[in-house]
Amino acid sequence: MRVIIVGAGQVGSSIAADLADAHDIVVVDQDGDRVEELTYSLDVLTVQGDGTSLSTLDEAGIDEADMVIASTDDDETNIVVCATARAVSDAFTVARVKNTEYLRTWERSERAFGIDFMVCTNLLAAESIVRVVGIPAARDVDSFAGGRVQMAEFEIPPGSPVTDQTVAEADRFEQLTFAAILRDDELEIARGDSILHERDRVVVIGNPRSVRGFATTIAPEEPPGTAEEVVVIGGSEIGYHVARLLGDRGFKPRLIEQNGERARQLAEDLPNAVVMENDATDMDFLEREHVGDADFLVAALDSDEKNLLVSLLARRLGVDRTVAVIDTSEYVELFETVGVDVGVNPREVVAEEITRFTRDGGAENVAIIESDRAEVLEVEVDAESVLVDRPIHESVADLPAGVVIGAITRGDEFITPRGDTVLERGDHVVVFLDECVVDDVTPKL
Amino acid sequence: MAIRVDYRASLSLVGTVLKYLAVPLSIPLVVAVAYGESVAPFLVTMLVTVAVGGGLEWLRPDPDLGAREGFLMVAATWLAVSLIGALPYLIEAHGLPGLVPATAPDSTLATPANAVFESMSGFTTTGATVLGSISLDAHGHGIMLWRQLSQWLGGMGIVVLAVAILPELSVGGAQLMDAEAPGPGIEKLTPRIAETARALWGAYLGFTVLEILLLYGLHLGGMAPNMDVYNAVAHGLTTMPTGGFSPEARSIEAFSAAVQWLIIPFMIAAGTNFALFWHALTGDPKRLPRDTEFRFYVGAMAVLTGLVAALLFVGNGVATFVPPGTTFDAGYLAGVRATLIGNVEPALRHAAFQVVSLVTTTGYASIDFNAWGPSAQYLLLFAMFIGGSAGSTGGGIKVVRWYVILKSIRRELFTTAHPEAVRPVRLGGRTVDERAIRGIYAFTLLYLVMFFVASGLLFLNTGRSGLSLSVLEAMSAVAATLGNVGPGFGLVGPMGSYLDFSATSKLFMVALMWLGRLEILPVLVCLTPEYWRQ
Repeated sequence: MRVIIVGAGQVGSSIAADLADAHDIVVVDQDGDRVEELTYSLDVLTVQGDGTSLSTLDEAGIDEADMVIASTDDDETNIVVCATARAVSDAFTVARVKNTEYLRTWERSERAFGIDFMVCTNLLAAESIVRVVGIPAARDVDSFAGGRVQMAEFEIPPGSPVTDQTVAEADRFEQLTFAAILRDDELEIARGDSILHERDRVVVIGNPRSVRGFATTIAPEEPPGTAEEVVVIGGSEIGYHVARLLGDRGFKPRLIEQNGERARQLAEDLPNAVVMENDATDMDFLEREHVGDADFLVAALDSDEKNLLVSLLARRLGVDRTVAVIDTSEYVELFETVGVDVGVNPREVVAEEITRFTRDGGAENVAIIESDRAEVLEVEVDAESVLVDRPIHESVADLPAGVVIGAITRGDEFITPRGDTVLERGDHVVVFLDECVVDDVTPKL
Repeated sequence: MAIRVDYRASLSLVGTVLKYLAVPLSIPLVVAVAYGESVAPFLVTMLVTVAVGGGLEWLRPDPDLGAREGFLMVAATWLAVSLIGALPYLIEAHGLPGLVPATAPDSTLATPANAVFESMSGFTTTGATVLGSISLDAHGHGIMLWRQLSQWLGGMGIVVLAVAILPELSVGGAQLMDAEAPGPGIEKLTPRIAETARALWGAYLGFTVLEILLLYGLHLGGMAPNMDVYNAVAHGLTTMPTGGFSPEARSIEAFSAAVQWLIIPFMIAAGTNFALFWHALTGDPKRLPRDTEFRFYVGAMAVLTGLVAALLFVGNGVATFVPPGTTFDAGYLAGVRATLIGNVEPALRHAAFQVVSLVTTTGYASIDFNAWGPSAQYLLLFAMFIGGSAGSTGGGIKVVRWYVILKSIRRELFTTAHPEAVRPVRLGGRTVDERAIRGIYAFTLLYLVMFFVASGLLFLNTGRSGLSLSVLEAMSAVAATLGNVGPGFGLVGPMGSYLDFSATSKLFMVALMWLGRLEILPVLVCLTPEYWRQ
């Protein structure tokens, strides 16, 4: 497949890197330095120029392109790129936008602007934050099979009752599969005798109740559920969507915004939230409003440094968990080391979404773990699959190590995979794959 | 730039409206002919209204209204219409000296103060009367119909009607309607204001016709012996404007339980925002039950009805002695007790009827609630202050204002504990502008201050003129006239009348009705010196 990516920023570069192995990629950007850099770092064709102009697109080979991904930082540019591509070719068009109004227009018609697939940065980031709320110790949560299966990544907190237990001891849940343990740079496929250490990250796949139950087991002092008190700092678009999505889910979040006009606007738009107008770094205010009693704090201010500061302040005041929006992807790991529980990089989230959409091989749904160290796929079993009509222990023998069958759904039924489980056509399987076996295994499933 | 109120433009438009008043006057004229009564009251009034209207219109043939002129035009229209509307009553009582003999020489409407009171009470849909005997024998069918027709014209609003049919009001019509229509602000239903006005009048006319048909249907079905054609029309014309001028002396008590039950939903509809009916009829029927004000309005009536019905059922809500100055005797009271205590249907029916009648400011009575005990009566007094919905024909403070006030008080309590919280006041899905909230507070406070001051003045004046009136009676009379309700308690109860007040007291209440119908501000604005200053 020939894919033209317009915009070689973080999102574009990341998508290009992900797709370069399997596809012919052309990257278009106006910035000469960036183009130059990509030419050497990735096995892609680069074109310097304005992606909205026909001559640039021609130069990039729009006639032969199967897909155009517009991923610049400017919504209108991305829309024009897609509309132009659609006007002169049959390429499938993907646009990244920040403004949810465009997304709403597109969702209403599915044809608007000549865009075939649209992803909204702010909304996606907010959704990935909200998924983590309500599940203690979770760093990442994704749903599969229409919500019947959840994949969650947990960090085992210090002093957790499961510390130094084996997986067999920790797993007290019928409908839960341990997929892997991530420790520093290594990835260990979970076995019954694998030992869980403090600060290990564990990937589990199961039905949502078991996942939540497991969360309570590893972090018993954090009660899960809807009574959670959430504070959102910063009325940015992401902060707004987090508060809105939480409100839809029955939470009553508090949102703190410094700008009076914006605060008023947010208060009008968010009937289920309590909006406060103040500087979130004002300690007196935070104490007066008992922000320290919150179970969950989302830092969504417009600067990474402020988000770090707010998260650290919140931890000091006693907030159980903090999530910070971090724009600079290099900071994510650093911030997580010094005190932010979960760092969310909006661009990474978008790149992930576009990549998962672009990936072929019949996967219905993909989750990417820890920026590409592993993937969780949902596949529908068809006649050609190695899994069909045979017990799992036989098919796994034909697959490399690093593959874990996490969950199976047959219609509305949830089936916990065991060695002797026989898969049928039409079953949905959620599979955990180590990064190094992804390309090898995906076509076989 | 020096801006002066262009009163000539305002008065010229008043003239146009007055001129067209001749059209509705032809209806009682025809009725009078049909019943073989004197046509002089209507014929003369038609001539006068055309002459005065034409004269005023001549002041300026091509009026161009600004915002300030709008207030004056609306306020003056209502005053002028009410003054001219009093003429038929006077002519009926006095005749035309040397030309036409008086047809009702004993009428209590013979004095100008009484005639103006009755007319203003009609047009403002108050329903307070100074008729000595409310009967078709003492007064002609034509005159009695004129009373009802004046209410019907006043209900949806004379100015709204004018906007609907006069092309010269297509610009500036929204301001005029805003100045006249009850409740804070108007809702434009269509791009053209004249169409909006026509839609509102259409819904109003539709409900009126439906009620008349159903009432007469009950009569034909044998369930309402007294409800002949004349009565059906008369009650249709006075229910929908929340007026309450029944041609029967005993109001709706004169009719069967079936009639009373039927009138209740029509009163509820009359007190509902007519824009909601328009939406319901143009494809959004769920808008009505979803509307916050409507739910609050129905909920408030349901709660009050429940309370009053319970009081009546157990007997606590029924008076134990005949209060002085009431219009009934001990036998009547015994009958009321026997009807209400321990009987579910009558207790519920009378409670619902009276609560709905007073909340919507209709002012009909299915029973003389003077025979009720103080606990039930105070609930009714409270009901008078709720008022109908914005955009309805009901008077009073209006449900939406109370709702916004309650919500903003809750907001104040919250922000006292959390000073940094930003909390817009929500009305359904929309947030209410802070300036609108201030306006609502100002109006409600003004209304209440006016109520207390006017109660004091009325009480003092009645004392001076030798009429003994209790404080509650004085307060209820003011609440009933300022809120365009009609009946109060005691002397001015549902079966009583305002006849015994002195002429000054009556003219004072005429002013209250005028103020109340136009929601005080348009009238008060015209009385401030700043309004007239350059």
